[in-house]
Amino acid sequence: MINGAQAMVKCLESEGVSVVFGYPGATICPFYDSLSASSIHHVLVRQEQNGGHSANGYARIAGKPGVCIATSGPGATNLITALATAYMDSIPLIAITGQVATDMLGRDVFQEADITGAAEPFTKHSYLVKDVDQLPRIFKEAFYIAATGRPGPVLIDVPVDIQKKELSQPFSYPKQVNIIGYKPSIKGHGLQIKKVAEAMKAAQRPLICVGGGAFAADGYKAVRTLAETYQIPVISTMMGIGALPSEHPLYFGMLGTHGVPHANQAVHDADLLLIIGARVGDRAVSSPNIFSKDSTIVHIDIDPAEIGKNVGTSIPLVGDAKTVISQLMEFDPHPGDISPWLRRLRELRDRYHPDYTARSDGFINPKDFLHRLSQRLPEDAIYVADVGQNQIWSANHIAIQKGRFLTSGGMGTMGYSIPAAIGAKLAAPEQMVIAACGDGSFQMQMMELATICQDQVNVKMILFRNNKLGMVKEIQKNAYGERYIATNLDGSPDFLTLVSAYGIPCRRVSDIAQAEEAIEAFLSAQGPYLLECIVDPEESSK
Amino acid sequence: MKHTFSVLVENRAGVLSRISGLFARRAFNIESLAVGITEDPNFSRVTIVVEGTDYTVEQVEKQLNKLIDVIKVRTIHPEELISRELVLIKVNAGQNERGDIMNIAEIMSAKIVDISRTTMTLELADTSERVDLFTELLRPFAIREIARTGIVALQKGTDTISVKK
Ligand SMILES: Cc1ncc(C[n+]2csc(CCOP(=O)(O)OP(=O)(O)O)c2C)c(N)n1
Ligand SMILES: [Mg+2]
Repeated sequence: MINGAQAMVKCLESEGVSVVFGYPGATICPFYDSLSASSIHHVLVRQEQNGGHSANGYARIAGKPGVCIATSGPGATNLITALATAYMDSIPLIAITGQVATDMLGRDVFQEADITGAAEPFTKHSYLVKDVDQLPRIFKEAFYIAATGRPGPVLIDVPVDIQKKELSQPFSYPKQVNIIGYKPSIKGHGLQIKKVAEAMKAAQRPLICVGGGAFAADGYKAVRTLAETYQIPVISTMMGIGALPSEHPLYFGMLGTHGVPHANQAVHDADLLLIIGARVGDRAVSSPNIFSKDSTIVHIDIDPAEIGKNVGTSIPLVGDAKTVISQLMEFDPHPGDISPWLRRLRELRDRYHPDYTARSDGFINPKDFLHRLSQRLPEDAIYVADVGQNQIWSANHIAIQKGRFLTSGGMGTMGYSIPAAIGAKLAAPEQMVIAACGDGSFQMQMMELATICQDQVNVKMILFRNNKLGMVKEIQKNAYGERYIATNLDGSPDFLTLVSAYGIPCRRVSDIAQAEEAIEAFLSAQGPYLLECIVDPEESSK
Repeated sequence: MKHTFSVLVENRAGVLSRISGLFARRAFNIESLAVGITEDPNFSRVTIVVEGTDYTVEQVEKQLNKLIDVIKVRTIHPEELISRELVLIKVNAGQNERGDIMNIAEIMSAKIVDISRTTMTLELADTSERVDLFTELLRPFAIREIARTGIVALQKGTDTISVKK
C-alpha cells in the first residue's frame, strides 16, 4: 500500500493540479519526498505568504483552486495573511500544511502551531487529518468546498506520521462528495427571479453594480450579455473591474470612496440597482445614504449571508450569477425607454476629466503614465495592482479590455501584486502579466524576484517610487494635521541596483518624455522587467 | 430580545470551537449554549440563546449555515418553544433550615439529591425563569455553589428539526 504522502500527491493529480506553490520544512518532508516522483511542478517561493498569494493569482486566472504548501509552526502561521486575503476576496485555495505527529499534538512541541484553530476565521473550512484512510475523502471535499458556492480557502493540516503511514486499503479517489451540511444553491428562486424581472421592466433608471463574485464560473460574461441586451449601464466595485471592458460604452467606472464621481452619482440616481456578486463593503459605499431612498435594490449573490449584511435589499436573490442571469433573461425583462438615463450618465462621464497632465519636472504623473500604458497593452493583458495610492491610480486609470484586473480588494494586503502575478502568469503563460506596486509594498515582496528568476516567470513589474507610504501619508495629511510619522521610506535601496543583482532588466523613468520609449522597452522585453516610475510624494490618490 | 436557535451539527471534533469562534468574531452575544448528542449518534444538537435584534438573528442564522459542519439551523418561535434548563444548587442547611428548604423544594417540584450535616444539594429542571425564581428563593439560605446547564429546547407539536433521510 502507498503511504499518506503518496496519497496526497495522488489526490492532487486526480484533481488535475499541475502546479503548486510552497516552502518545505521537516513536518512536510514526506509529502515533498513523494512530490518529487510526480509531474506536478513545484514553485519554491521565498516566503509562505507569497506562496498563498501566488496560488491566489493562479486560481483567479485558471478558474480553479490554487494550491499552496507550508510546513508546520512558522511555515503555517506565515500563510495566515494569504488565507485571509483569499477569504476576503472569495478565492478558491487549497492550503496544505505539515503538522507535528499526532501523538505529540497539544504538547507545544517544536514547531507546533494550532493552524486549523488560528486560521479558522479565514478559511471556508479546514481539516486536521487524523486517519490516513480519510485523505482521499478529505481532499475531494476540500477541492469541492473551495471551488463551489462562494469560493474560498480550505486548509488541510496533515501530521507528519499520517503522511508516513500506509493506507489500509488501495488508494481510490472518490468520484463524488456527500457533505450533508453543504449544498450551495446555484439556481435562483423562481418567484424572486420573477420579481426581479418585473422590477426591471418597470425601471427607468436601472443600473448594474458588478463585483468580484461575477468572475467565479465566468459569470461576468453573463453580466455583459445582460447589460448589452437591455442597454443597462454598469458600474463596478474594485473587485469587479474588468467585468466589462473599461472602454465599453455601458461601463461607468468604479464606485466608492476611491471611485469616480459619475459612478457614485449613478448609484445615487438609479431607480433600480442590480448588485451582482458584490458585498458592497464599506469602502465601496462612499457615504451611507448614497442609495436613493426610493430605489429598488436587487442583490444577487451566491452567499445568502451577504444579502442584507451591508446594504438594505428590496429583492434578495440567492444563486450563481451566470445561472440567475440566464433564468432572468427567460422573462425578457426589457426596461422602458432608458435612453434619457444613458444620455445623462454619458454627459456626467464626459464631464469627468482625469488629471492626465504630462509632467516633466523630475516626476511622472502616475495617472498620465497608466493612461499611456493602457493604449499600448495587449488586449488580453492581466494587470495585478498592489495596495496604496498606486492601487487607486491603477483601479481608475488602467484600461482593461479582454484581460483581467487583480488586486487584494477586501483585505488590502500589501505585497500581493508580484506573487499573485507569478501565479497568474503560470496559469496563463500566453498572456502578458503586469504587477504594479508602490515602493513600500515592493519591499514587502521583493524576495520573490528570486522566484521569478528561478522559474523564469515572465512578469513585468511597475514600481511607483514616491519614497513614502503614500496612502498613509495622505491620511496623515488630511486627517492628522500633517503630522507625518513612520511614512518616510528614506532607507530604501537603489531599486535598479537591487533588481539588477537578480539579473532582471530594469529602468527608471522620471520624465514623461522618456515614458513612451520606456513603456515600449518594458512591454517588448523577452522576460521579466521592472520599470521604476518616480512619483511626486505630494501626489494624491484622487 | 432573546432568540433560541436549535442547530443540528456533525458530531465531530472542532465543531463547537467553530461555532463559538463565529459568535465571538461577529460580536453576537451568547446567553446560553448547550450541546448534546441526538437520536442519531453522528449528529449533535446545539441549543443557543442569543440576545439581539432581528438583524442579529438573521445574521446568526446565515453565518451558522455557512459552517460546513452545520446541517440545519432553526430559530424556535417563542410560542412553539419547549425549553428546559437543569440546575444544581448547594445551600447551607443545618438542622434548623432543612424544613424550610424542603418546603421550597416541594413547591417548586425540585429534588433533593444530596444531603450532609451542613448542606443540601437540590436539583430542578424547568424553564429558565423558574430556575431563576428557585435560585432567588434559596438565596436567603446562603448558596454555596450553583451549576446550570444552559437551555435545551425542542419545538412543540409534531415538527422536528432533524436530518432528512
Ligand atoms: C500588510 C499591510 N500593512 C500595512 C498596510 C497599511 N497601508 C495601506 S497603504 C500603505 C502604504 C503603501 O505604500 P506604498 O506601497 O509605497 O504605496 P503608495 O501608497 O506610496 O502608492 C500602507 C502602509 C496594508 N494595507 N497592508
Ligand atoms: Mg510609496
